[in-house]
Amino acid sequence: MTAAIAAPGRGALHVFAYHLIGYRRTWWGTAFSSFLLPLIYLAGIGLGVGGYVDRGHQLGVDYLSFLAPGVLAATGLSIAIDESMYRVYSQFAWDRTYEGMLNTPLRIVDIVLGQLAFVVFRALVAVTVFLLVMAAFGTVHSGWAVGVLPTAMLLALACAAPTFAFTATQHTDSSFAVLTRFVVIPVQLFSGVFFPIAQLPAGVRVLAWLSPLWHGVEVCRSLTLGTPRWWPVLGHLGYLALWAAVGLVLAHRAFRRRLVV
Amino acid sequence: MLTTLLLRVSPRRAGAVVERNVLVHRRGWVVLASGFFEPLLYLLSLGIGLGALVGRVPFAGESVAYPVFLAPAMLAVQAMNAALTETTFNVFGKLKYMRLYDAVLATPVTPLELALGEIGWCLARSGLYSGAFLGLMALLGLTPSGWAILAWPAAVLIGFAFAALGMALTTFLRSWQDFDYVMIIMMVMFMFAGTFTPLGAYPAWARPLVELTPLYHGVTITRGLSLGHLDLAMLGHAAYLVGCCILGLWVAARRLGRLLQP
Repeated sequence: MTAAIAAPGRGALHVFAYHLIGYRRTWWGTAFSSFLLPLIYLAGIGLGVGGYVDRGHQLGVDYLSFLAPGVLAATGLSIAIDESMYRVYSQFAWDRTYEGMLNTPLRIVDIVLGQLAFVVFRALVAVTVFLLVMAAFGTVHSGWAVGVLPTAMLLALACAAPTFAFTATQHTDSSFAVLTRFVVIPVQLFSGVFFPIAQLPAGVRVLAWLSPLWHGVEVCRSLTLGTPRWWPVLGHLGYLALWAAVGLVLAHRAFRRRLVV
Repeated sequence: MLTTLLLRVSPRRAGAVVERNVLVHRRGWVVLASGFFEPLLYLLSLGIGLGALVGRVPFAGESVAYPVFLAPAMLAVQAMNAALTETTFNVFGKLKYMRLYDAVLATPVTPLELALGEIGWCLARSGLYSGAFLGLMALLGLTPSGWAILAWPAAVLIGFAFAALGMALTTFLRSWQDFDYVMIIMMVMFMFAGTFTPLGAYPAWARPLVELTPLYHGVTITRGLSLGHLDLAMLGHAAYLVGCCILGLWVAARRLGRLLQP
């Protein structure tokens, strides 16, 4: 038992394993939708509006190849945030799982890291499936595309950690619908997923630069198109790492406040 | 059979179900207001951002700017989404978890009145959103024809059809897991029901499938009105939606009665 406390990371691993065991019962539903949704998206755009965009030749690549990595990154973001709202909230307020965990040798940091690891894992599974579907549609143009997997994991961490901090401060579940509508959906619509942000008015473009999703989209797109330029990629990843680091500190503090003090 | 049932409906009792919803939502106005916000964002992002990439699309023998083509479809999609989320997620919660309907049916309210009351509330809500959205379209210059005003009642009809179908569908759902399927149905219609492209852009084998979806008929009506292309076929599309209303109501009332009455 003392070994479990002493070894850093061991506790988090146990928490991660706990969430994985629960997921064994429900994985089929999520795997099904994480396979079907990109399929619907890519087929819908490919069969339909993509043809009209391609006639205009404004993008330099076919629209499907432009759109797919964007939707992939957006999927990573939406899974990360979805999994950080009700699932985390219920463990504070309804099931009180976290209270139970604190009565074992686990520390706050283990609970936060273990839960975050599970969220990142969920995003990784969905994004991997998405990448395979993309390949089947011929939208993977380079071996660099494998790099979207760690990129999406970092993006998921950058989005999930601050959401954890937010969730830990909530005492009803009503703000989650508001967060989805006023933050998640606007971010997805204006972060360069569907069209280059150069088309946005200058004021809105600044907001897109701030959004972690835009940075994730830029990296994923350059990787699947096989056109990564290293300095910008490092800059984008650094910005995401900053979100993740600040988010982690905030999440840890908010969890401590909620559970201990 | 449904007509005899409908004759026995008391507007006062169905109205009581609506009134309950109004009372509950007096506190949740932020969530209500956010319903206006979302379609506006979609319109700005997809219509204007994507529209610049698309340029013009062919419609009824002429070419129209993409935002003008897409906006009435978004109006129909919004009516569908509002109706389906209300009558699936919210109704399921009330049916299975809050056990609200057990309490309601212990009063003189009948299952059909309950279904009509829930749908009435849903239409009042989505009708407001549709009106606001249509006003916005007009402000942005996306409604070339004066007939566009009729797209408002059309949106309410679309909402009615999906609310009735949604109520019926909800009575078959077993747990929250099944909502994955509801989301997929909504997503498929959103992507493939002629919202983003004219029917002619689909391969020939896919067209009859597109024509099966209620959303396709809704989009055809709102788009025709907004662009001022009226023809008799619109009555056929409207009849399809009315058929969906009747079918949904009939199934929902029967199933609710069977599920809830001892």
